[in-house]
Amino acid sequence: MVLELARPRPIWQVMFSTHHTDVGLMYLIFSLLAMFVGGAMAIALRVELFAPGAQLIQDSMTFNRLFTAHGTTMIFLFLLPSASAVGNYLVPIMVRYKDMAYPKLNAIAFWMIPPAAALVWLGMADFGWYANPPYSVISAPAPAAEMWIFGLKMLGVSSILSSINFVVTIMKCKHPDMSLGKVPLLGWSFLSSSIIVLAAMPTFAAALLMLLTDRLGASGFFNPAVGGDPIAYSHLFWFTFHPEVYVLVIPAIGMMYEIIPRFSRRPIFSHSSGVAAFIILSIVAFASWAHHMFATGMSFTEKTVFMVGTLAAVPASAMHVFNFLATMWNGRIKFATPMMWAVGGIALFFAAGAGGVVNTAMPLDFITHDSYWVVGHFHLFVFGTIAFGTIGFVYYLFPYITGRMYNEKWGVVHFILAFVGACITFFTQHILGLFGMPRRIYDYPEIPEWVSMNALISVGAMIILVGMVIFLANLIYSSAKGKPANLEDPFGLGGKYYYPFSQRNPHHGDGGY
Amino acid sequence: MAHSNWAEWIYLGVVTALLVYVGAEAWNVERIIDHAPEDAEIIKVTAQQWLWTFEHEDGTKEVGELHLKKDHAYKFELTSKDVIHNFNIPEYVVLLDAVPGRVNTVWFSPNEVGEFDIQCREYCGLIHYNMRALLIVEDV
Repeated sequence: MVLELARPRPIWQVMFSTHHTDVGLMYLIFSLLAMFVGGAMAIALRVELFAPGAQLIQDSMTFNRLFTAHGTTMIFLFLLPSASAVGNYLVPIMVRYKDMAYPKLNAIAFWMIPPAAALVWLGMADFGWYANPPYSVISAPAPAAEMWIFGLKMLGVSSILSSINFVVTIMKCKHPDMSLGKVPLLGWSFLSSSIIVLAAMPTFAAALLMLLTDRLGASGFFNPAVGGDPIAYSHLFWFTFHPEVYVLVIPAIGMMYEIIPRFSRRPIFSHSSGVAAFIILSIVAFASWAHHMFATGMSFTEKTVFMVGTLAAVPASAMHVFNFLATMWNGRIKFATPMMWAVGGIALFFAAGAGGVVNTAMPLDFITHDSYWVVGHFHLFVFGTIAFGTIGFVYYLFPYITGRMYNEKWGVVHFILAFVGACITFFTQHILGLFGMPRRIYDYPEIPEWVSMNALISVGAMIILVGMVIFLANLIYSSAKGKPANLEDPFGLGGKYYYPFSQRNPHHGDGGY
Repeated sequence: MAHSNWAEWIYLGVVTALLVYVGAEAWNVERIIDHAPEDAEIIKVTAQQWLWTFEHEDGTKEVGELHLKKDHAYKFELTSKDVIHNFNIPEYVVLLDAVPGRVNTVWFSPNEVGEFDIQCREYCGLIHYNMRALLIVEDV
């Protein structure tokens, strides 16, 4: 099988290799590591918020540092690299090329991430993952803030490099017999998300540099004390990071496009509608950034424009959901672990999208803004949709990567715990937000509704924790001692038709990798 | 693609119609509540790490407490001395950023006597979690 490490090799041969499956493996292991680190931080936050008063964390500064590191870790060190892992494994195979277009650049893009992670984790900045000035300029303690800025700078460059690689691999290196329209939807998802990165990321790179010079006192772009405007930073930041939401969610949808037809044992309902929805999403991604900023004092006209821009993203997302459901309709569905994650992810994606419509309807935004509603809403996206798609895909790739089968029973238990935990945690957070609890607070007054809902949310988080511990044990145990997988048909679906990439890549020779 | 997609078109039509309805309703409500009534009394609100100062039209200042009259319209002029804060009275859905160097306005008219929480809803540092004040609505 093409994804497998062909033979036992010393670890440094894998680490310093530029082959796409080796780099993919590095991305995958690093991103899963980051997921467990960021998850541990989330658990610490939830233990603290279980009841009013200090529980686990004794001061608010530590709490503030932890939620900043949690957000930064999950977005930049787990979700982005895990998407790159899947892309590295499958994009060259799907376009029938021997490797990524620029293998060395690919390895460089990966190796920029661990040092950046070290900067973020050793620095522990305290200004939230969006580093809002003027707090980040005049108040945030050094050197943590500078370390965060440099770390994010490196992560931005890394994602630009890997995006260039994906775009060139798909556009220029695909097999001459393969038209762009025939590229599988997973490939299309990487093409569209990479183009979004290339268009959006430079803006944040500029904003970070301006933030740094502001902190050094050399400039005052965002510091009102010297005539700057902090709202300008918000515009620059969200111009990058609203599209970034799509950068994360589009590959996850692409992964669902792989899983759902296979396990429904039917071809995808409409390839062209999936492609169209990806293209529309990557355009409207740029029409909605200021919906994060309704409460900064925007004019009625501005709010209206960005509300319409935001609503415009919904039909394209709905097209994906329709495509999934129409594929499953009348299919002979096998609910193996990857399929469960994909279907659970679609359900939570729908819930997250519905909450997003509420957020963008202008008067309602002033109820939900910066409350726990928002926390619940975006976690339904990043955990409920993106991480669900990704984890499902990790189970899906597991036999191809290791040659062994994960434990199906524990995979199902992991899914049930994560799904139930996510519903308890994130839906309750929505309601807590309606009761007015602000996000990013270390402690809260003894309002009875707040106390009981926070306890419930923390219990939900513990359920997710149990699931994730099972996941980790399953990964480690099964990759060493799992049953050897039948690589022709690891999930017992019958019929090779459903495994397009189990055909040996002609460029890969007999060694397998 | 050879097969017919009529079901998808109907579905998209329904979704789009719902969105148009939500958007139009939101636009209509926001259009009305965006403008403060002309007779609204102005309260100047100054946020700083980590307390609230209120200045009434007659010049009296209050710190950490705000006394208002029932069934009376008030317009808050929000600004900040240091970093971005967010002035929030959850019970009355009053919410707007207090941005240094800018004056943002938001209005409301309390219709119930009692004590209500005022809180900061934008992360502003160490004591953000306890940047609170008390709104006291009195019957006159």
